[in-house]
Amino acid sequence: MTTPSLYPAVDSPIFGRLSLAALPIHEPILVGTFIGVSIGAVAVLFAITYFKAWGMLWRDWITSVDHKKIGVMYIILGLVMFLRGFADALMMRSQQAISFGSDQGYLPAHHYDQVFTAHGVIMIFFAAMPFVTGLMNYAVPLQIGARDVSFPFLNNFSFWMTAAGAILTMISLFVGEYAKTGWLAYPPLSGLAYSPGVGVDYWIWGLQIAGVGTLLSGVNLVVTIVKMRAPGMRMMKLPVFTWTALCTNILIVAAFPVLTAILAMLSLDRYLGFHFFTNTMGGNPMMYVNLIWIWGHPEVYILILPLFGVFSEVVPTFSGKRLFGYTSMVYATVVITILSYLVWLHHFFTMGSGASVNSFFGITTMIISIPTGVKLFNWLFTMYKGRIRFELPMMWTVAFMVTFTIGGMSGVMLAVPPADFVLHNSLFLIAHFHNVIIGGVVFGTFAGINYWWPKAFGFKLDRKWGVRSFWFWVVGFYFAFMPLYVLGLMGVTRRMRHFDDQSLQIWFVIAAFGAVLIACGIACMLIQFAVSIMNREKLKDTTGDPWNARTLEWSTSSPPPEYNFAFTPIVHDNDAWWDMKYRGYERPAGGFRPIHMPKNTGAGAILGGISLVFGFAMVWHIWWLAAVGFVALIATAIGHTFNYNRDFNIPAEEVERTEEARTKALAAQG
Amino acid sequence: MCKLFFHFYAGAMIRIPMSRFQGLMKLKPLMALPALSILGACNAVVLHPSGDVAVQQRDLLVISVILMLLIVLPVIVLTLVVAFRYREKNTERTYEPEWDHSTKLELVVWSAPLLIIICLGAITWQGTHTLDPYRPISRLDAMRKVEPTAKPLTVEVVALDWKWLFIYPEYGIATVNQLAAPVDRPIQFKITASSVMNSFYIPALAGQIYAMPGMETKLNGVINKPGVYDGFSANYSGAGFSGMRFKFLGLNNQQFDQWVSMVKSKSATLDATSYVELAKPSENLPAMGFGSVQNGLYYRALNLCVEPGQPCIANQMAKDRMTAGETMPHAGMHQTDQQAAKTNALAIHRPITGAGLIPPYMKPKSADADAKSDRRDRMPL
Repeated sequence: MTTPSLYPAVDSPIFGRLSLAALPIHEPILVGTFIGVSIGAVAVLFAITYFKAWGMLWRDWITSVDHKKIGVMYIILGLVMFLRGFADALMMRSQQAISFGSDQGYLPAHHYDQVFTAHGVIMIFFAAMPFVTGLMNYAVPLQIGARDVSFPFLNNFSFWMTAAGAILTMISLFVGEYAKTGWLAYPPLSGLAYSPGVGVDYWIWGLQIAGVGTLLSGVNLVVTIVKMRAPGMRMMKLPVFTWTALCTNILIVAAFPVLTAILAMLSLDRYLGFHFFTNTMGGNPMMYVNLIWIWGHPEVYILILPLFGVFSEVVPTFSGKRLFGYTSMVYATVVITILSYLVWLHHFFTMGSGASVNSFFGITTMIISIPTGVKLFNWLFTMYKGRIRFELPMMWTVAFMVTFTIGGMSGVMLAVPPADFVLHNSLFLIAHFHNVIIGGVVFGTFAGINYWWPKAFGFKLDRKWGVRSFWFWVVGFYFAFMPLYVLGLMGVTRRMRHFDDQSLQIWFVIAAFGAVLIACGIACMLIQFAVSIMNREKLKDTTGDPWNARTLEWSTSSPPPEYNFAFTPIVHDNDAWWDMKYRGYERPAGGFRPIHMPKNTGAGAILGGISLVFGFAMVWHIWWLAAVGFVALIATAIGHTFNYNRDFNIPAEEVERTEEARTKALAAQG
Repeated sequence: MCKLFFHFYAGAMIRIPMSRFQGLMKLKPLMALPALSILGACNAVVLHPSGDVAVQQRDLLVISVILMLLIVLPVIVLTLVVAFRYREKNTERTYEPEWDHSTKLELVVWSAPLLIIICLGAITWQGTHTLDPYRPISRLDAMRKVEPTAKPLTVEVVALDWKWLFIYPEYGIATVNQLAAPVDRPIQFKITASSVMNSFYIPALAGQIYAMPGMETKLNGVINKPGVYDGFSANYSGAGFSGMRFKFLGLNNQQFDQWVSMVKSKSATLDATSYVELAKPSENLPAMGFGSVQNGLYYRALNLCVEPGQPCIANQMAKDRMTAGETMPHAGMHQTDQQAAKTNALAIHRPITGAGLIPPYMKPKSADADAKSDRRDRMPL
């Protein structure tokens, strides 16, 4: 209440409502963070300059339309944002561990409320989504024997829109404030009447810009999977990861426009005085809740399905066995995809729907557990009678199977409406969705990173630090979230900043301890990356197939050449590469032809940059800049259509040279 | 019961001769964890509620867990056993790299979860209907039915920024951040909010329901044991959310009467002026009482028209309908306070079914607004 206003009394025509007051110089935590981030940023910029890497960065990465590089950039973006989101988590855990009785903790409400909002938004949109999109971007074209995605420029553009959304969200940390509404910004709280500041506007424009990227990358991957499969790869011969990627991207294409529409409607309410979701003048906040969950529930399947795919690749590979029940697996995925549209109301059983409506949505929710259960059994039977190698991806998979089962069970408990009435919004719910998101999405991403890292970079990740990270993470997860189940049953609700009941404290302390263990797990993982990069010669893999794997991405070199495959493979079996290996496949040594490739372009990064400026101007009501940004956006997009210099051919000789080098490397391997 | 179990466990922990497991000694603090969680379960109000509705909700929770454990436990155990048995080093185990299909097994993995979900689905359908918060309760507890003549205690609840207002129309009193009800008398809550969404939740009494501005939700329940229970908002509503808590007093009849007369003796009146003052954002308010309440105040709170000059949203809607062609008195006129009060008096029994879905058996039978259905109801059969 006593915080000074962030905004000038009257908007300035030049700076809108932006003024020096928007800089949080009175918040020691933020000032400290800012100094830390600045030092880090200066160090990185200095290093790039020192190693003269600017040109390389621009040519080989920022402007790259290569799906592999874009995939890697998505993962890096995800990791960076994951660290930010995790810092928020540590702040919440420590606040809740100390804020009892007369002690108010160290975070005032206006700060704490931003922290939990930012944590949710960042983890879902800017950590989990980039992880998932990154893995799909990297692996799908390789798995289906394609040279790239269908629309390589669009892919680059999508990435930079996602990055622009993430950057805009990060800017809110140091300029102004972030939303204090919870990650889904339910109105009326997120309406102008109760959130007049820039926080919700940052939320709107960050997601709106990133949403464009997500939607377009969804379109791109659907088309890629449908149109660019290698000859012989019928739908029922697709690798399961590609199947889950297809379903995920169909979900993206169908669900994200809904998010775009809701955000647009909320913007109209906030900017132009509309009354879609206001209390009066015929507005209906419940309509928002319905719409946001019609997007939001498919969203959770958008996150988890690709990881189901990762596990379906990892288990057969490391069990040395065909995937059990491929057809079941595919149908289970499709059923989950369809059902994910029929359950959204279970997020608000407690908003007064009738018993029949609630039961309908409760039962559809339970039905989803059937195909999910089938998937678990199929992985189990794939391991059965196999020869399981406990490499890191497999360890993450077993941890997933156990953890996710528990999370699934608590999910079905919440699907019983009368039970949900007592557990809705409680810490039990928090424990449940972290149980499935950490146990599923995060563990799956780590399995995927450990699995495909040698493909992407040509060397394996260090095992010792990987194992340490694994145990810290798994044990830390149970310490951090099992207490929350107990607290939920003790009637403790979410998003609390302070508690009166001292008897609850011990549980929050245990949870905070778990968060510290997870922090150690994250540290070990970063060390694992660093150690592996330093020892890359020792960990080198020249075969291109270090795990004795089964799908096409392992048939090419590690890292793959930019054209992926010198000749498009012809597919005869589900496990195409396994089939090729055991039928005595010979690499072609001649007859190479020039390969037609898309050219890099800076248009995506430029459009992303302009979107960022436009979003920032809209947030701060700097109308002239928003207008300029909008016109520049359209002009650049149109201008780019006149760029006819978009492709080139890799000459046959160069292909031959690359392939010969690989033949030699393979021969040296023996 | 669970306390007994805890004592047993703790006793066993002490009695185990730890010297025999030197290596395990280090783990002793860890082994105390299950004990701690059992202790936690003893305090868990959701598992040990004091109101019949919450008891039935707890029972459903427990039944669903038991049903699911039928399949979840085998899956977890099998995962670990299979992962261990078929590890690479254990070369004695059979290895069948091409085995990828078994119709029998597939039938089992699809039908076993299906059967469990059919059971759970049936229980869900049944339980959701009997425990619909809008439905007046039919039993006081497992042994006693509600007397057909029993009149429920009606409490009108308004979630304000950031405190709870309770109006007792039967007694003409109101309280803030303190709620009381007699033991074993059905309670019916009518719930709304003044500004943003909250959720009205007394874990010991019954499950929660949202409190939303311009809309009315309902909750029925009964408290079976005297005591002081926690109530709070279970949906984040802004800066003062953490302190948006109240005490719910389960009192015997005599105590409740005393409590009512205690509140009645307060000189403060809850009228439009004091409501508007009260509705202004404030945090961690102590309990307050109002000895009298202005007529129709809850209706105006529900329709967001307590402040003078604010049009009631129900009238607003009626006006909008009228401009769309329907006829209505006061067409096109600016509503003064008196006119609003007049309309309100007419419409007072007509619930705003904001969340919408008031089930048919709850539809008002006598309200003027539902004249059509009334006529149908009154037709001789």
